Amino acid sequence: MKFIISGYLLIVSGLTYFMIQDKELNESIQRGKDIYTDFCITCHLETGEGVENTFPPLAKSDYLMNNRESSIIGVKYGQRGELIVNGVTYNNTMMPLGLENEEIVDVMNYVLNSWGNTGAKMVTIEEVNSILK
Amino acid sequence: MKNSIKALCLFVVMTNLSCAQKTDNGVNTPGETTFTAELIVEGLEIPWGMVFLPDGGMLISEKSGEIILFKDGQKTTITNGPEVYNRGQGGLLDMELHPDYENTGWIYLSFASEEGEDKGGNTAIMRAKLNGNSLTSKEILYKASPNTTKGQHFGSRLEFDDQGYLYFSIGERGERDINPQDITRDCGKIYRIYDDGRIPDDNPFFNDSNAKNAIYTYGNRNPQGMAKHPETGAIWIHEHGPQGGDEINIVQKGVNYGWPVITYGINYSGTPITDLTEMEGMEQPIHYWVPSIAPSGMTFVTSDMYPAWKGNLLVGSLVFQYLERLELNGNEVTYREKLMEDIGRVRNVRQGPDGFIYVAVEGKGIYKLVPL
Repeated sequence: MKFIISGYLLIVSGLTYFMIQDKELNESIQRGKDIYTDFCITCHLETGEGVENTFPPLAKSDYLMNNRESSIIGVKYGQRGELIVNGVTYNNTMMPLGLENEEIVDVMNYVLNSWGNTGAKMVTIEEVNSILK
Repeated sequence: MKNSIKALCLFVVMTNLSCAQKTDNGVNTPGETTFTAELIVEGLEIPWGMVFLPDGGMLISEKSGEIILFKDGQKTTITNGPEVYNRGQGGLLDMELHPDYENTGWIYLSFASEEGEDKGGNTAIMRAKLNGNSLTSKEILYKASPNTTKGQHFGSRLEFDDQGYLYFSIGERGERDINPQDITRDCGKIYRIYDDGRIPDDNPFFNDSNAKNAIYTYGNRNPQGMAKHPETGAIWIHEHGPQGGDEINIVQKGVNYGWPVITYGINYSGTPITDLTEMEGMEQPIHYWVPSIAPSGMTFVTSDMYPAWKGNLLVGSLVFQYLERLELNGNEVTYREKLMEDIGRVRNVRQGPDGFIYVAVEGKGIYKLVPL
């Protein structure tokens, strides 16, 4: 009986934890979508496909999914020089966007969970705060 | 018979394809190169504005807020520039010299500014003087309001006409349904003021007490090119459309250019903004680009150094990363050509007082076009 109760509590608390996380993530993604529409869409386009040879794709981008920290640095401080994304070399400048760290969290969560991008751990404010150039 | 039907179908398809190409992107690639592009100023990031000083120096404004004096092969940073709101497309933008710069010393700057009570920023126009390596006598001539934290569409280009009026553009700041069609609000407009910031009493909405009196045209989206026509003296602008529908317009007093009621473009999502491309009371562009080239910077070629280009319009393309040459017949674009293909995002183009064309490219610097 004890086992059943403690097991039950464990499951409930675990579920609650994940649901809260999930809710936080979903809210962050929603806010991130607005940021994306404001700051990113003109180059990376609505569905994150970018413009080949000019603006790298974010949708199903190997660079983005494998270089989480560099990607956050790019959004936080701007991006210069060569990047290879899905086998195509890009050599362009993305200006520093002037986003608040909270906004970077949201837009990263949106991009990491859109257009077929999945499986990334949620980006948090602590993470963005701690990432320096 | 079957084969001829197939052939007919193929013919129709091919015809459609070739038509589509013509209307979609009728830009030509030149057969032979007639110039070399010499990189004369290196190591720039987003060189937004450039002006040529009488002593041979060149002032360059970087979006980051930095102002650079390039003279005798040396770069010097100019201090005490305007405090800029560096967010999204905002930052330090264009520069222009007073038509009588040698006597007045006034330099005009446009930039995104946080001045005002609301959070965020909006476009401001300043004049200042260059004293040694520092800006002095700074005066804000115009500041659009309200501020907003939105990242897009600050404009802004500056140009004087032959009568000495200063024109400047302010984009609609990401509020297309609120700003461009409303003359009581800033943004999505071309403005006209005197060189000292006073508003001319023959501005079209001067006597409308609710209107922003400096407005000269409205229904604009985000103009980032402005140049005075060398013969007519008219102010020409180009403006970014949404997806498709970048435009060239000639600035005329009190005219409504239609954004967002009429446009040749669509949303970035591919959904329509409106099905209207024309309407009474709204001016048609003299040219529109589909797909968008994302135009920035514009100059008329008047020098004798490029005989084949005389009277042409040069426009930078941010998205396709080339310099576009447009041949004109009066107000009509008759031919388009790609120059400097794949050079990078072309932010600005100007003809210098020495007759050479100078092209500012993001992440690279300033190129001088030297005829072969």
